[in-house]
Amino acid sequence: MAETAINLETLAPPAELRRPPVVENNRGLGWLTDKLTAFTEGKTPRWWWMLFLPAAFFATVVLPTMLIYQISTGIGVWGNNHPVMWGWDIINFVWWVGVAHAGTLISAMLFLTRQHWRTTIGRMAEAMTVFSVMMAGLYPAIHIGRAWFAWFMFPVPTYEGMWPQFRSPLMWDVFAVNTYLMVSTLFWYMGLIPDIALLRDRSKTRVRKFIYGLFALGWTGSARQWHHFEKAYVVLAGLCTLLVFTVSSIVGLDFATSQLAGWHATIFPLYFVVGAVYCGFGMVLVLLIPLRKLCHLEDIITTRHLDRICKLTLVSSLCITYIYLMEYYIAWYGGNPYERWVFSHRLLGHTYWYGGWIMLCVNFLMAQLLWFKRVRQNLKLVFVLAVLINIGMWFERFTIIVGSLYQDFLPANWGFYKQTWVDIGTYLGTLGAFFMMYLLFIRFLPMIPVAEVKSVLPQGNPHHPLGGAKGGKS
Amino acid sequence: MSAKTYGLIAEFETPAAILQAAEKVRDAGYHRWDVFTPFPIHGLDKVMGLKNSPVGWFALVFGGGAFVTTMGLIWFCNAFDYPIIVGGKPMFSPPMSFVPSYILMILGGAVGAFVGMVALNQLPRLHNPLFAKARFALVSRDKFFLVIGANDPKFSETETHTLLEQSGGTHIELVEDED
Repeated sequence: MAETAINLETLAPPAELRRPPVVENNRGLGWLTDKLTAFTEGKTPRWWWMLFLPAAFFATVVLPTMLIYQISTGIGVWGNNHPVMWGWDIINFVWWVGVAHAGTLISAMLFLTRQHWRTTIGRMAEAMTVFSVMMAGLYPAIHIGRAWFAWFMFPVPTYEGMWPQFRSPLMWDVFAVNTYLMVSTLFWYMGLIPDIALLRDRSKTRVRKFIYGLFALGWTGSARQWHHFEKAYVVLAGLCTLLVFTVSSIVGLDFATSQLAGWHATIFPLYFVVGAVYCGFGMVLVLLIPLRKLCHLEDIITTRHLDRICKLTLVSSLCITYIYLMEYYIAWYGGNPYERWVFSHRLLGHTYWYGGWIMLCVNFLMAQLLWFKRVRQNLKLVFVLAVLINIGMWFERFTIIVGSLYQDFLPANWGFYKQTWVDIGTYLGTLGAFFMMYLLFIRFLPMIPVAEVKSVLPQGNPHHPLGGAKGGKS
Repeated sequence: MSAKTYGLIAEFETPAAILQAAEKVRDAGYHRWDVFTPFPIHGLDKVMGLKNSPVGWFALVFGGGAFVTTMGLIWFCNAFDYPIIVGGKPMFSPPMSFVPSYILMILGGAVGAFVGMVALNQLPRLHNPLFAKARFALVSRDKFFLVIGANDPKFSETETHTLLEQSGGTHIELVEDED
């Protein structure tokens, strides 16, 4: 051991250039494998059931009840009505799409920029993306009212000879969201293949061996397989990065191409992308901080990793603050009276003023706490901040959608919006479904990409003393 | 069910050891051999002489194909088969059809990359003679394996065995395949 330590010292770069290792306490490959698969192989802990059962209740009882009631009765069971035709359904759609974005950003963009620390949290972020896009995709499908006609949105040749109308961004959305779901699922699954093979090799029962063996596709980890795998992974990461910029910007275009004051702005595509990423970082922190503790992953998801996510959250908060200011500036500078009306009523209106204040206070003021290292290192506080960020971003969408719709051009057209219990129930149902799927994921699949983490360890580097290289040889 | 020789398998402890062993096997003039590792080891593809993976071409062809197909589909739907004037917009114009085409290009590229990876690796292949070796289950954990195929012209049970031994391999075993 002493000899290795000396070698490490002589090989390492000067102190100021040295980066702390991705995994703390100098863990070996075997230890890491046991540790990272322990949760999928061990006994189900009680906290898992305590979280799973309520989530499963909302996912399998509340959500179907709400959907059946809404689809069989009609959109009227929601609060949507003239002039606020988009209510909680679209708010939640935009919110869920937004949650998805940080997952792609972390797993794909940080992969392309060779950020080694992203290996530990990439899988969990990708899973978050997959499940939240599923939830997002549900809303437009039921929001069309007659959900059984949802297939009209796809170019299916029928006897009427009718086709979808591709000149509308709403149509682009169909393709954007479905593509996002498929590509992020592919990316997630492909990254999982070597780790499913690991679970297959470790499984003790025939059933486990069969199921994991099926999904591992016969992966052996040969150098040729890794060679093609790595190439495909880079390509997929690149394509996923493009999706970060297309999906939410198309959702933004849904709004921007309308004539409504408060929506009709060229900044919207960018606005929605930045907001999505910010909200998604909040959700990543909400998931990572408790799971790290509950699954005993402190050595792998270190405080430094969380610190970096906090910094990225802060950066995206500053970006979104810039856009908020820009929106107000353009409303004033543009001189459009309707636009000025909407923006002055965001904070000083008489009905939905609270939404605007929550959005400003949380997304701008509160996020500034992340400048302080002491705040970023206090994980309980960061968790609270992350939950609040999700709430703040939800209210941002509320402000944009309801706040712009309820008072449009003609005062005779003004109205109010109030959500119903079906709106709330559907939202709680999707939250339940999301957490249920997430809990199933961490229980049955490795939540940390084992192979990827090993490849960035010194023990996995053939030119490092810990990887077996002779001392001095580099 | 006659069993025939598939190859010789040797086990190594560290990434550096497997890299050196691979160099030795290459220098000894073998062609049909492969290395099995729990994670990709950089430098190994160079030792094995693996050329740039053609997965990128799969992605390009699938992605490009999807882009062109979607453009054509939109033209067919909105400008040819059932033209309807909507908001005075042209029946077909590149800006409006670019966005869905671009998105489906991403989808096509992603499917292409995945299909390419699976096809080039000849997956799914649920049966593999190596799975019969109990120690091979450690390949996804922390052990590194080198297999020299019996179909290599230089393969000989004794000489290849010696070579693997000399390059530091342990647990050298004969792998058999059901015919």
